[in-house]
Amino acid sequence: MKTFRMGGVHPEENKISNDAAIEVMPVGKQMVVLMNQHLGAPATPVVQKGDKVKVGQLIGEAQAFMCANVHSPVSGTVLKVDTCKDAFGLSKPAVYINVEGDEWLETIDRTPDIKRECTLEPKEIVAKLKEMGIVGLGGATFPAHIKYSIPEGKKAEYLIVNAAECEPYLTSDYRVMMEHAEEVCIGISILRKALGVPNAYIGIESNKPLAIAHMQEVARGFEGIVVEPLKVKYPQGAEKQLINAVTGRRVPSGKLPIDVGCVVSNLGTTFAVYEAVQKNKPLIENILTVTGKELPSQHNYIVRIGTTYNEIIKHSIGELPATTGKVISGGTMMGKAVVNLDAPTVKGNASVLVIGEKEARRAPETNCIRCGKCMHACPMGLEPYLFSALVKNGRTEEAKEHNILDCIECGCCFFSCPANKPLTDEIRLGKNRVRAMMAAKK
Amino acid sequence: MTHDILIAVLVLGALGVLFAVVLYIVAQKFKVVEDPLIDEVAEVLPGANCGGCGKAGCRAFAEACVSQGNMEGLRCAPGGDAVAAKVAELLGCAVVQGEPQVAVVRCNPANCGDQRRSNYDGLRSCAFQNTVYTGEGGCPFGCLGCGDCVAACQFDAIHMDPERGVPVVDADKCTACGACAKACPRRIIELRNKGKKDRRVYVSCVNKEKGAVAMKSCANACIGCGKCAKVCPMEAITIADNVSYIDYTKCIACRKCVTECPTKAIKDVGFPTPAVKPAPKPEAVEVPAQPVAEPVKA
Repeated sequence: MKTFRMGGVHPEENKISNDAAIEVMPVGKQMVVLMNQHLGAPATPVVQKGDKVKVGQLIGEAQAFMCANVHSPVSGTVLKVDTCKDAFGLSKPAVYINVEGDEWLETIDRTPDIKRECTLEPKEIVAKLKEMGIVGLGGATFPAHIKYSIPEGKKAEYLIVNAAECEPYLTSDYRVMMEHAEEVCIGISILRKALGVPNAYIGIESNKPLAIAHMQEVARGFEGIVVEPLKVKYPQGAEKQLINAVTGRRVPSGKLPIDVGCVVSNLGTTFAVYEAVQKNKPLIENILTVTGKELPSQHNYIVRIGTTYNEIIKHSIGELPATTGKVISGGTMMGKAVVNLDAPTVKGNASVLVIGEKEARRAPETNCIRCGKCMHACPMGLEPYLFSALVKNGRTEEAKEHNILDCIECGCCFFSCPANKPLTDEIRLGKNRVRAMMAAKK
Repeated sequence: MTHDILIAVLVLGALGVLFAVVLYIVAQKFKVVEDPLIDEVAEVLPGANCGGCGKAGCRAFAEACVSQGNMEGLRCAPGGDAVAAKVAELLGCAVVQGEPQVAVVRCNPANCGDQRRSNYDGLRSCAFQNTVYTGEGGCPFGCLGCGDCVAACQFDAIHMDPERGVPVVDADKCTACGACAKACPRRIIELRNKGKKDRRVYVSCVNKEKGAVAMKSCANACIGCGKCAKVCPMEAITIADNVSYIDYTKCIACRKCVTECPTKAIKDVGFPTPAVKPAPKPEAVEVPAQPVAEPVKA
C-alpha cells in the first residue's frame, strides 16, 4: 500500500461519527458573516445597513489579489457592517444579517438532479470559482481561483484529491464520499478540465474500506479517475506527503507542488466546485462534524457559514458536558482551540470537537533527552529538537539555514516527544522570526 | 666551539633585526588610528551592553559619541545624568540633561487569577501566544503574561506579579533601557518620565477597540470617552483610536483625570495614600476587598 517515505505518526483514529448521516442544521435568527474567511486580505463589504439580501448574494468582494468573495448564507436584512470577535477573540470585520425567511437567488439551481456535463472553458471555470468564493476546505482556506490558475511556464500533470482525512475524529469528508460520490467525481472532472490534466487520483486512507469501495464503484463511470488506497499514517493528507505517496515525487525545499507537476485538492473542495460550477451555488455552507468521546451523540451536519459554535452545540447535543476541557475547530493534531463560542463559523471549519478535561491538558514539560523521536516522526526530514534550541537562544539565522520554513506544522514532533516539549509551538515561533528577519532584509 | 656559538647568535640576531624591520613597516603601513578617547569614554559607561541607546553595545555608543564630538541625541539611559556628565567632560561638550525615565506597564487586567476566560498551556512565550489568540484575559490588546519582558531585562527590574499575571516594574532598579518595551509583542510597555518625587499618572490601557467592545474585553479598559481630556488643565491628554494618552512632558500630575475616569483606567503612582483612614464603620464589613486593592496600586 502506498504511503509517504519519511516520518509520520499514528494517533488514535477515533472516527466515532463515521455512521452519522449528514443532517441539515436549521438557520438561526441572526447571522454574522466574517469578511476574512480565507487566507489573505479580508473581503470588502458591498452591502450597507438596511439592504435586503438573498441567499447566495455577494456581500463581500475580493479586491486584493489574495482574497475570496463572501456570499450571504441567509436571506434577510443587513443589520450592520461592523466588527465581530472571531473564534480566537480577535476583532474582524463582519456583516450582521437579520434572518427573514429563506429566499434564494433565482440563479442557484436547488433541484436534487445531478448535472454531469460541464460546457465551460478552463478559463471560465476558474472565473466561476472566483465568483463563487471557493477556497480550499482542507484547512488552509487558500483561494481556489489562485490555485487553479497555473503560472506561465508550469504544467500540471496530476490532480490529486486528498480524501485521506488523516486527522483523528474528523468524518465530514468520509460522509461526503458516502453520500455525494458522483458529485465529487464530477467536481474532479471539472478541475481536470480547468487544469488540462487527463488523470486524477483520489487518495483515501485504508481505514475507510467502505468509502474506497464506493468511490471505486462510482469512479468507474469516469475515465481517468483512480482511487488510491493509502496506508493509515498521519499526515497522509498533507499536500507534500500526499504527492510523495501517490506519485513518488518529492517537492523540493521552498518549492510548490506545481513545480513537480502536481495540484492537490481537498475532497470537500471538489464537492464545493461541483456545486459552484454546475449548480451556481456559492460557498455558503460547511460540512461539519460534531464529535467527542464524551458527547451523548455524534453528528455530521451541513451548516450555513455564520452559524455560531454555541448554536451548533445547542442544536446537536444541547449543552457541553460538564467535563469539557476544550472545544477544537479541526482535528486533534492541527486543529485550533476555540476560545469564543459565540463566534461564527467560517469557510473551512471542519468540526466542532469536544475534548474532555483530562485529554485537553498538556503534560508538564521536561528536559530533552536527545532520543531523536521527533526527527524520526518529522515527515519533512527536519530536526525539531535542534530548532527548539535555536529558537530558545534567538539563533534565527541558523534556524533558517536548517530549513525551518519547510515545517508544515503537522504536530508529529510534539506528539512523539517523550519530554512533552512544545516543539511545534517553538518551530512556529521560529518561523515567524525567520519571516520577520527576511522581511526586514528586503 | 665559541665560533659556533657566535655564528648562531649572529644568524638569530640578524633574523631578529630583519623581522623587526618588516614588522615595523607593516605596522606603519596598516596602522589603524583609533582615538584614545573612545577607550576613555567606554570606560565610564556602565558596560551592560543593554542596547537601550540604540547602538550595538557600550563600545559602539562610545564610538558614536567620539565621532560626533558631542552628545546630541545620544543618551545612556542606565547611566543617567551622572554618566552623561562624565562623558561630556571627556568630550569637552555641553551636558545634555535628560529627564530620568522608567518603564511603565500599560495594562491593568480585570480578568486575571480565577477570572481568566481561558487557559493557555502552550509555549510560554508572549511572542508566540500573540500569534495564537487574545490571551487568557480575553483582551486582544492586553498583557499575555508569559514574561518576554522579564526575560529581556538585564537589570532584574521587572517581575511577574503571580496573582495578577502582569509584570511589575521596580522603579529603583529600572534604567529605562527599553529592552522590555521592545520585547513586548503588544507594545504595552512604554518609557515615561519618572516625574517629580517619582509621581506619575498614566493611562493603564492600550485597547483600541470601541468603548462597548473594550468594556466587554476588560472592565478596566479605556473606552476613549474623553472625560479626562476635558478636565485636564494642561491639555496633556489626547484621544486617538479610542484610547486616551497622557503626554508626560505636559502632565503636572494634578490627578483630576484619575478621579474623572469612569473605568479606573488611569493610574497614579507614587502618591501618598490618602490619610483619610477612618471609614471602618459599615463599609469595612461590606467591602473587604478594598484594603487589598490599595497596596497593588501603590
